[in-house]
Amino acid sequence: MNTVHDTPGRSDDPAAPLLARAQTLVTDLSLSSVHAWKTQHPDGLIVGYMPIYIPRPLLEALGCLPVSLFGGGDQVDIIKGDSYFQSYICHIPRSTIELLQSHRYDVLDAVLFPSICDVIRNLSGMWKLLHPQQLAEYVDLPQNFSPDIGGRFYRLEMQRIASALTSRGARPLTDDALREACARENVRRAAIRDMDAIRARQPWRIAASEAYLIIRAGGVLDTVEHTELIRAFTAAVAERKPRIYDNVRVIVVGSFCEQPPIDLIRTLEKAGCDILDDDFQLGLRLIEGDIDTSPNQDPLSALAAAFIDHGAATASRYIADCEKGAALVHKVRTLGADGVIFAAASFCDPALLDQPMLEAALDRADIPYTAFKFSENTGQFQVIREQAGAFSDSVKLWGKVA
Amino acid sequence: MNLQQTEPSITRKDDSQEKQKRMIAGHFDRLACAQETGQKVVYTFVPGNLTELIGALGMLPVLPEINALQSGMRGKSAGYIAEAEKAGHSEDVCTYVKCDIGMLKSGNIGPTGTRLPPPDLLLLSYTGCFTFLKWFELLREEYKCPVVMLHVPYQPDGHITDEMRTYVVNQLRTEVIPTMERIAGRTLDEDVLKQWLDRSRLAEDDLVAVWESARHRPSPIDGYFGGVYYIGPIFSAFRGTDAAVDYYRSLRLEIEERIARGEGPMTPDGPATRERYRLVIEGPPNWTSFHDFWRMFSREGATVVASTYTRVGGLYDTGFRHDSARPLESLAEYCLGCYTNLGLPSRIALLERYIRDYQADGFIINSVKSCNSFSAGQLLILRELERRTGVPGGFIESDLVDPRYFGKANIENRLQSYLQMLDANLQRRSA
Ligand code: SF4
Ligand code: SF4
Repeated sequence: MNTVHDTPGRSDDPAAPLLARAQTLVTDLSLSSVHAWKTQHPDGLIVGYMPIYIPRPLLEALGCLPVSLFGGGDQVDIIKGDSYFQSYICHIPRSTIELLQSHRYDVLDAVLFPSICDVIRNLSGMWKLLHPQQLAEYVDLPQNFSPDIGGRFYRLEMQRIASALTSRGARPLTDDALREACARENVRRAAIRDMDAIRARQPWRIAASEAYLIIRAGGVLDTVEHTELIRAFTAAVAERKPRIYDNVRVIVVGSFCEQPPIDLIRTLEKAGCDILDDDFQLGLRLIEGDIDTSPNQDPLSALAAAFIDHGAATASRYIADCEKGAALVHKVRTLGADGVIFAAASFCDPALLDQPMLEAALDRADIPYTAFKFSENTGQFQVIREQAGAFSDSVKLWGKVA
Repeated sequence: MNLQQTEPSITRKDDSQEKQKRMIAGHFDRLACAQETGQKVVYTFVPGNLTELIGALGMLPVLPEINALQSGMRGKSAGYIAEAEKAGHSEDVCTYVKCDIGMLKSGNIGPTGTRLPPPDLLLLSYTGCFTFLKWFELLREEYKCPVVMLHVPYQPDGHITDEMRTYVVNQLRTEVIPTMERIAGRTLDEDVLKQWLDRSRLAEDDLVAVWESARHRPSPIDGYFGGVYYIGPIFSAFRGTDAAVDYYRSLRLEIEERIARGEGPMTPDGPATRERYRLVIEGPPNWTSFHDFWRMFSREGATVVASTYTRVGGLYDTGFRHDSARPLESLAEYCLGCYTNLGLPSRIALLERYIRDYQADGFIINSVKSCNSFSAGQLLILRELERRTGVPGGFIESDLVDPRYFGKANIENRLQSYLQMLDANLQRRSA
């Protein structure tokens, strides 16, 4: 567990300019880069989408820019949003409505709502009512994983989305364009995999909070531009001069939708945790493997198959045949993690209902874990810092939670 | 829904109530000896329940939501929820799930006091609620039994597309029915299924007549507090049975007699003596203080003429019927059409229709903490409905089976102020 760590943001850090750019893209709630894209591509549509996953290659093949929407984090005061949601509903829909009602999403031509929970589901209807001029489409991702049933349905669902966007002015879908978009996605996915591999092997070289920014920035970039950013970052961190810390190696689970404030991630790091893997930005990592782009393959079926066959295990995906938690235990073992931190958004049904099953799997595998809840606008991290620090100390001392 | 086991206080028992009571007692007796008789037991959910298939294959359904609400009414839910939270279940999630898990950990004693048999199959009809998916994953961990999933797509735009129907039918044909046949140890006889579906249709016709009776003044029924009794058989173990046909026929006749006599609905304190307000209600009731909650309305002369909760297990009054000429297609359409599987715009349109058709003076939203499926978006529903109908809405908050979230005084105050406002409105209108 003797690890080394660089100090992010140091002036001689070769990755600093890239991180600064990513930070600007992530925190720019006015979406200026998206406006700029629109100016350069007057015929293209901007398609926002809620977490977790949307088949981005489909949108790019239609000449659209997919833009991931993660609410307002800790950056917006909620004035209007709270009057739309009761106190016992998570925070992301409030800040999303806040941004919508304050016209920050006016640049979007369409918004997609993947089927991950009832809040996002009902938000799709709210959006239709509040902003009828924007196309708002619910995307039913299949929970049946047979290619002939769930795969077929999902293919039709993607076709439906494509037609809806085309009727709003997007380019008609062609096999070639889709194949090319899938190929670009494969390249990006490889770049993410390479970066993640460095982070898992040498967490002192890439902090989770940095990987987070670099990946989340892709939510407002096209695939090629994002891939360049990831590759440039990976090259830059290779130049870093490491420093040694004695950190515990953890995996963070449960934050796949509402995002923790970046300072919360940094708090975990400061508390002595090297986060080898997390699900903060699961959407761009959800497909575990390449999309088949061979010329004899129907690209829409291939995109469907990628989700059906290689979609990552997560709380909003029904786990049919495997043991619950098996994927998490496998990840802990493969990455050589010492433990798991569950970090779910308050009132997040999928994450919180899933958690006891994952905890049970960890118990069976004798893997230590700790858990806390957060909200995207959490401002106090002291309690979490103490909890993570105590967890890290006890794992280091005894290899488990005391 | 099946409230009869826990109903202490309705003063006059109608013939239909006695029937329902006997039906439920018989069902739980059959469940209690299922392991001796070898009858297979299928746990499933109320929305999208495939009772006709279960019945046609000779199996017995268990509905965990109904067990949870029964536990709420019997004062057991607080303990069960505490048990589940102690075992690591979050305080933030649906209390039906925790109540069920707590009940399981406390010996799985059902509403009649007998132990419920473990499931031979978990039939995960994933309709209208994300929590269902997690709930049966959790139960699978406990029971280590087979699960079969039926993914029912959402209806965001209020209509069923061919793609949706085909997806559900394909799952039924190639996965759900073969798994059920394997568990049941017999092949599905399509003629038998058709007979079940024909009987379902008869009961559905009568249930719709019961709902529509609320157009009369005074309404002979309370379509929410009373309504949850009426949906008992059809939303649970009995749709498609002769007993259900008989029950709904008796219920309809009783209500027609009440109309002829100009009577209002039954209440916890006996027959209603006046109809001061006609209300529509959105959202599930609270079960832990169900009768107190009901009395808050009935003692003020407020009758609920229509509600959406009574449509979660099937939306028949917009025309859907099970159809033996298209067995699997109609089962698919049933699952797709449950109330909570409809997009928010369709839910608002339905409520608007109820307010107009039933000439409601107002509407109330009971927003329950447990249920994101119902609750997320209800504040917008409130505004939209007021805007479209000009009818004032009231908003109260509680929970299904967690008594910690039923603030009696608070709810009573809110309701009183709302009814006073409604009074002023009505007086202005009649002046
Ligand atoms: S945080 Fe959880 S409950 Fe809230 S919208 Fe996201 S997935 Fe749904
Ligand atoms: S979330 Fe709502 S619909 Fe789902 S199980 Fe709980 S109470 Fe029922």
